[in-house]
Amino acid sequence: MSELRMENLVARYGKVTALDRLNLTIKDGELVTLLGPSGCGKTTTLRSVSGFLKPDEGEIYIGNRNITDIPPEKRGIGLVFQNYALWPHMTVFQNLAFGLELRKVPLEEIKKRVRSVLSVVKLEGYEDRYPRQLSGGQQQRVALARAIILEPDILLLDEPLSNLDALLREQMRFEIAQIHKRLGITTLYVTHDQTEAMVISDRIVIMKDGKVMQDGRPEEIYLRPKNRFVAGFMGTTTFLEGTVKSTQGDSCVLKTSEGWELRGITCGGVTLGSRASAAVRPEAVEIFYSPVAAVSGQAQTENSFEAEVDSSYFTGEVIDYHFRLGGSYIRVRGDTKKILKPGEKVTVRIDPDRLPIVPAE
Amino acid sequence: MKLNYRPILTKTFELVLLILSFLIIFGPMTSLLLWSVAQKWYWPHPLPQEISFAYWKQALGIEKSLAIGAVSIIPAFFLSLGIAIVTVIIAMALAIPAGYALAKYKIPFGTFVMFLFLMPNAFPQQPIFVNVLQMFTRLGLAGTVPGVIIVHILVGLVFGVWITSATFRSIPPSMEEAARSVGATASVAFFRITLPLAAPGLLASSVFVFITSLDEFTGTFFVGLPFVQTLPLTLYSSSGYNMQFASVIALILLVPSILFMFLIQRVLKAEYVGGMG
Repeated sequence: MSELRMENLVARYGKVTALDRLNLTIKDGELVTLLGPSGCGKTTTLRSVSGFLKPDEGEIYIGNRNITDIPPEKRGIGLVFQNYALWPHMTVFQNLAFGLELRKVPLEEIKKRVRSVLSVVKLEGYEDRYPRQLSGGQQQRVALARAIILEPDILLLDEPLSNLDALLREQMRFEIAQIHKRLGITTLYVTHDQTEAMVISDRIVIMKDGKVMQDGRPEEIYLRPKNRFVAGFMGTTTFLEGTVKSTQGDSCVLKTSEGWELRGITCGGVTLGSRASAAVRPEAVEIFYSPVAAVSGQAQTENSFEAEVDSSYFTGEVIDYHFRLGGSYIRVRGDTKKILKPGEKVTVRIDPDRLPIVPAE
Repeated sequence: MKLNYRPILTKTFELVLLILSFLIIFGPMTSLLLWSVAQKWYWPHPLPQEISFAYWKQALGIEKSLAIGAVSIIPAFFLSLGIAIVTVIIAMALAIPAGYALAKYKIPFGTFVMFLFLMPNAFPQQPIFVNVLQMFTRLGLAGTVPGVIIVHILVGLVFGVWITSATFRSIPPSMEEAARSVGATASVAFFRITLPLAAPGLLASSVFVFITSLDEFTGTFFVGLPFVQTLPLTLYSSSGYNMQFASVIALILLVPSILFMFLIQRVLKAEYVGGMG
């Protein structure tokens, strides 16, 4: 049973509070990602769990074992660093064998385990290479192998892919997710890359200023953000502001200053008459190249508005538009079949099921 | 077929550069070499008129001579070498922990401590060593080998501590943390990971300490004389009388430094240094 539990963690650097009463549980075998902007406390959390930073308050447990005051080498935690941290004066074999040697494992057994862990990370036959003879991706695989060869209770990964190029990063995401599925080690993963977090995580924890802003499955976090910070952090979000006109279940209607009514979904915190923001994501916006009145025939007029093209950016796959919607702007993606010019008028319809409405700050 | 002149030009240029740098580095030594074997060399002759190895033989103690300034330098050589070796061992034994602590921990007034080590080299040396002499006389260290070693350590420690702490600073903390995470205690992580990674830098700094000690004059002059006669002091006292003899000593003084330089080069070429990036 290797559940990782943090209770009321507080960490301060001088006057800055890096962790503000953090409570977090990672269930046995789960992969949880800490996601947030720099300075949100995710690295501090990781360093507290790994034992290189002593939190000012709070307790950390692995299962029923309180590890708060246990030195790093006795915690049974595997670590993968952003800069790989392979020891340059040792071969791949020596890097992987180091921890086993310290445990006085017999050489034959070490050889067997090195071979098997190298096959997990798809680097069979690389035993005698030095780290500098490997590519960045290969080095990161060795770092991962070194962290899992001791079969730790907990695996911590600190932005492990951020030094890799985009293509390799994408490939490694899937591999880390697969290795995690295969080994089932309780894993805490830190990143600032939201796509990475979505792809690999069972659960995502969004942090800001040392506090948890939201904790949930990737699709929950993305489609049902609880607050403006999470809504703005995930995806390419632009906000439309207004006052809550009516609520019904998880559906609610927002009235903007232009008098337009936007229907969307809400995860609570939004009360009748309060200020709220609708988080518009490009994929939830449909573009019609005709006036609202003409559109109404084929679709509901609900959530349909007239917009004017403010600027457009050709990205290849899609066109990135900034539309003017009354006094606000929204970001929209259009296909490359028809390229709109600034000043052109279109109708946009925002899908109510994919329009989260969150309390204004 | 058209001949490509560019590689030829490049090679010629490289060769000229090589010869020039050889001249710059070894030119002055050539004159020393000539002087050391010049039995008879009067102006305006460009080369010595008579060549002999008499001065080398005297210096190395093979033959005895009554010429002024002609002494066997063998005792002075071994004294200097011994002092230098002891100085390196003690200075590095102090510099490694100090440099590590300065690099790794936030030490109050860390910068101040670093500058403290610079002090013996930051002021004119004579007034400092006159003071040191007074102090050492009271402590009974004046004119003794331990006294001279202490002076050499004080002078050399700046290289020891500065280079050592820069070396430790250049090793990412994650190197040790990774070792801790696979079960190494702090001291195992230091000796198995950090120390081997720092080895080239530590060696470089010991070379500086070694050469500084071998070369040290002012402090030894005040604290060591007349009982402790190191090689630079012998060179000084004989150079006034006998240019040939001074040249021999100067050349012998170069030997350990050159050997050490080759050693450094070997180590700095070692496989893993490239990986440290």
